[in-house]
Amino acid sequence: MSTKPKLYYFDGRGKMESIRWLLAAAGVEFEEEFLETRDQYEKLLQGGSLLFQQVPMVEIDGMKMVQTRAILSYIAAKYNLYGKDLKERALIDMYVGGTDDLMGFILVFPFLSAEDKEKQRALIIQKATSRYFPVYEKILKDHGQDFLVGNNFSWADVHLLEAILMVEEKKSDVLSGFPQLQAFKARISSIPAIKKFLEPGSQRKPVPDDKYVETVRRVLRMYYDVKAN
Amino acid sequence: MSGKPRLTYLNGRGRMEPIRWLLAAAGVEFEEVYLETKEQYEKLIKDGFLLFQQVPLVEIDGMKMVQTRAIMSYIAGKYNLYGKDLKERALIDMYVEGISDLMQMILMFPFSPPDAKEKNLESIKERATNRYFPVFEKVLKQHGQDFLVGNKFSWADVQLMEAILAVEEKVPGVLSGFPQLQVFKTKMSNMPTIKKFLQPGSPRKPPPDAHYVETVLKVFKK
Repeated sequence: MSTKPKLYYFDGRGKMESIRWLLAAAGVEFEEEFLETRDQYEKLLQGGSLLFQQVPMVEIDGMKMVQTRAILSYIAAKYNLYGKDLKERALIDMYVGGTDDLMGFILVFPFLSAEDKEKQRALIIQKATSRYFPVYEKILKDHGQDFLVGNNFSWADVHLLEAILMVEEKKSDVLSGFPQLQAFKARISSIPAIKKFLEPGSQRKPVPDDKYVETVRRVLRMYYDVKAN
Repeated sequence: MSGKPRLTYLNGRGRMEPIRWLLAAAGVEFEEVYLETKEQYEKLIKDGFLLFQQVPLVEIDGMKMVQTRAIMSYIAGKYNLYGKDLKERALIDMYVEGISDLMQMILMFPFSPPDAKEKNLESIKERATNRYFPVFEKVLKQHGQDFLVGNKFSWADVQLMEAILAVEEKVPGVLSGFPQLQVFKTKMSNMPTIKKFLQPGSPRKPPPDAHYVETVLKVFKK
């Protein structure tokens, strides 16, 4: 039975977007079920599909996987995007940890008040340009290879590209001091599976809007104020 | 160079404690360097030790590893605490990530303002008893085995044990509705490496106190 992985989440980026990116990069087709109502969510809960009562949830290989990092690690390993040995995996995990922290600042952004959004935007750009981008710029410069780890396309490359594009949405010229990252971005974007994902009509989700925020709040009954980091 | 892993962090639990637990459970001796001043921290950054300017830092096998999860995954992989195949690893990862979400609440607790502490304590109790402990109670009940995954001691067991003790410190008697977890706790306590780690004089750190909070704020204050 060759069933495609099935993703359960809101119709928007959130924590599921990195999973969509990785599946797409691996050339794996997937289905999606979008949570729109509280009832749908409660039905999933009652059915015992959500181990810790949370989404993302991905049905894959007979498992109902939850926890974004667990899902991503599984996909990376299954599709050979996790390095060739323990040490390469360690590097990939470290690099992904960094881009994950960076994207974490962006994840909360749509839920902030207008005033906090301004501050957060500045924080995102400051973190990107002073803490995260310089690290990846140096890695690429030091080894002069096309990919971050082991001269081979990996999860770390997919995650970094995703992070770059997300930060660029907040400041379009944010890569201006990072020539290696500019070249990296062009290179990785032109990989066929990624190129396809970047085209209109793919399962990539747009920048979160008010409707997305409203849906999340309604489905999760998350009506409290979200504080900036 | 002794070859033992070297941990750099504050002299307290924080994000390093799960790493101490895992190394100890694996029977691996390690050294520790404690950050006490801002200057020490800034020197580490200047000398290029901290990839993202953050601790924990674990020097292990020639690498300067940062990012707690990356470090733990490496240790688990190296010392055979990560299951026997991809699917077992997936289960371990799911369980560890869930527990980590619970531990995050405990991690942040000492830094919450005084007027929020009671509410946060209530949240920890609620999440532990309604969201996390029931899952592991059920896992253990359903397969009837001693360990969470694959009938073998793994990272998931260590992490759960740490979490149980950490929650109990805040909510005594929290295991009263969880007979499987009570048995699990006893079994884990009796495993030689864990038993040793639970004894006085081990590298295990005490619950965070005011001095710890003060040191954190001092070292990392901008």
